[in-house]
Amino acid sequence: MQVTRDFSHYVKDLGAGLKHIDLAVEGVSCAGCMAKIERGLSALPDVTLARVNLTDRRLALEWKQGTLDPAKFIDRLAELGYKAYPFEKASAEATEAEESRFLLRCLGVAAFATMNVMMLSIPVWSGNVSDMLPEQRDFFHWLSAVIALPAAAYAGQPFFRSAWRALKGGNVNMDVPICIGVILALGMSIVETFHHAEHAYFDAAIMLLTFLLVGRYLDQNMRRRTRAVAGNLAALKAETATKFIGADEISEVPVAAVRAGDLVLLRPGERCAVDGVVVEGRSEIDQSLITGETLYVPAEQGTAVYAGSLNISGTLRVKVSAAAEGTLLAEITRLLDNALQARSRYMRLADRASRLYAPVVHATAALTVLGWVLAGASWHDAIVTGIAVLIITCPCALGLAIPTVQTVASGAMFKSGVLLNAGDAIERLAEADHVIFDKTGTLTLPELEVVNAADIPADVFALAGQLALSSHHPVASAVAQAAKARSPLMGATEEPGQGVRAVVGGVEIRLGRPSFCGAEALVARDADRDPEASVVAFSRGDEKFLLSVRQGLRPDAAKIIAGLQRRGIKVEILSGDREAAVAAAAKALGISEWRAGVTPADKIARIEELKRGGAKVMMVGDGMNDAPSLAAAHVSMSPISAAHLSQATADLVFLGRPLAPVLVAIDYARKALHLMRQNLWLAVGYNFFAVPLAISGVVTPLIAAAAMSGSSILVMLNALRARKVAEEASSWK
Amino acid sequence: MEVMIILVPLALALGLAGLAGFLWSLKSGQYEDLEGAAWRAIADDDQPAPPPPEPAPSRP
Repeated sequence: MQVTRDFSHYVKDLGAGLKHIDLAVEGVSCAGCMAKIERGLSALPDVTLARVNLTDRRLALEWKQGTLDPAKFIDRLAELGYKAYPFEKASAEATEAEESRFLLRCLGVAAFATMNVMMLSIPVWSGNVSDMLPEQRDFFHWLSAVIALPAAAYAGQPFFRSAWRALKGGNVNMDVPICIGVILALGMSIVETFHHAEHAYFDAAIMLLTFLLVGRYLDQNMRRRTRAVAGNLAALKAETATKFIGADEISEVPVAAVRAGDLVLLRPGERCAVDGVVVEGRSEIDQSLITGETLYVPAEQGTAVYAGSLNISGTLRVKVSAAAEGTLLAEITRLLDNALQARSRYMRLADRASRLYAPVVHATAALTVLGWVLAGASWHDAIVTGIAVLIITCPCALGLAIPTVQTVASGAMFKSGVLLNAGDAIERLAEADHVIFDKTGTLTLPELEVVNAADIPADVFALAGQLALSSHHPVASAVAQAAKARSPLMGATEEPGQGVRAVVGGVEIRLGRPSFCGAEALVARDADRDPEASVVAFSRGDEKFLLSVRQGLRPDAAKIIAGLQRRGIKVEILSGDREAAVAAAAKALGISEWRAGVTPADKIARIEELKRGGAKVMMVGDGMNDAPSLAAAHVSMSPISAAHLSQATADLVFLGRPLAPVLVAIDYARKALHLMRQNLWLAVGYNFFAVPLAISGVVTPLIAAAAMSGSSILVMLNALRARKVAEEASSWK
Repeated sequence: MEVMIILVPLALALGLAGLAGFLWSLKSGQYEDLEGAAWRAIADDDQPAPPPPEPAPSRP
């Protein structure tokens, strides 16, 4: 059978005989990689563009239609030492990129207008105390109006729209006072200019918009960047399926191109990418990603297999049924939707702050106007003072307070191997006081490892490793990896479902089932050993050895669990695996609270129970069965090896083998929340001094502008402190 | 004060030119990869250019 790779699903036709594809590339980290990849691919004939984006680690390729094929680029990148995979931008990502560009455009316009209006304002301020003629001042005010009004109309769009949406829905968000302040200030400034008054507030209004746009852009950009990188990682997991395109012809295609009713081939060692039913073949499958159960399950004709299960020993033909109702995915999606709805009631810190802030600001301004009128001032003077109050309490420090901290903290978390999926994840993570871990793949490593390598003579182990290279069986891969084997043995043959054998120096060696190697006696002797381990035997002539293979705990799991407990966080295990396996892990990690054999619905029930008790639950899990509980928890985290669905659901995703990122993320989040609150108080504190001045009517635009910029800069500087936390867990690097 | 008749429009024109430049650079995608752009500026250009494509590649 001939295998072809078909990535045509991802190729875009640009017209004029040009084709385009986007590739996610792994391991691009510096300018050197960028140059190497671009040169390496530009050297291919017919390639017209090869450009690496270092921010989101992607490669855009364009080439002349002809003999070139995307698979060739991927091979070329592999030769250069980079793993790559085509991907399609999620539609959410494209919308966000567009929005981010729009914000930047608004920011450009607002910054231009601010600079020019300030240029005109400074002569007015200094002229007011010296010798400026009223006509000149009016001229400058009119010029300012001509610049500021269209600029504010354009750059204010993000705020006007959001405020309008909120008002239409009967809510008040932070954009409402911003809009009222800006519109009132601009309107009053025009009136003032008509009346040849000394002050106009064009500068204050447009500067307010500029600062707010900086905050809005930072906020947006942080989410866009982490989402882009998370999208890459999903693509790099290379979810492909081997599809039959003829009776005997197969092709490797992206999962997105597989339809219900297709036949796919599942070879030993491959992870199934679709839901389906076995139509031919006999094997064992590992469903740990789906149920949490680590023991292998037999599969034969008629057995349902789910996306995420690993095929162990034989080759299977699977008929795809993913589109049908009643699949595991449909059931899990239903639970997921319910759970997500339950969580959307959470309100972000910024919204909560503005809910308090908006009425206070409006009431203060209104009372100021009333107060001055009652005290005998003219309506005109009273309204001018009221606007001064609105401007000086402008929420621009408030608008920056949270996005700046989030940006800095998410950058620091990114460096420690934690990606943020949700904008408000930091705030929710900081509140977590009860962590629930899944066991399989979360506390333990997803891949298998050899436990008793030390008990076996080194030369025998090395030979077993070489032999293991000839098999795709996951246990064999674990043996080969542990022995660091590189060169496979010549003439090795695999007996499906049994093992591998070869002849070395006239002696037959075998690796596989104990019965295949004639080692049943050894197994019987060690019957009461580790319940979690799988046993594989190795024989050389009459010498027999047993290798124990199991999923090991993450290297620093015990330390990190202890660290969590020291922070007053309760830790618990909820696993779909058998009782003995969970009990052993819980004992090794010092966790007293654990439950085994739980279903996805049980997990949600337990989370709800804890929530009712007032706990803020953080769920850490990787399997498909964890996805609904990840959504139900207050905040959730997944390792990068997790099932696609779980990763998309989790608020945070962590990279690498250690568990340390869980603790690091909590530390960063707590520090960040602390700084966010501090920033809010800083902004409020500033107003505390400035507002009485504004109410008393002595505020000039100069004081207003100084107070506004001063508070914004202070808030930004304070946010930079989120870069560092006390480094308990970071020594793992 | 007559000088303002020249200076003020000049200042505004310069500002607008800056804004136009910014909008153009934004539209042409120059803010898509700020990290990469920083490195491109100092990349070594001294390497020999890739050989020009052969005039008639004899591909099967």
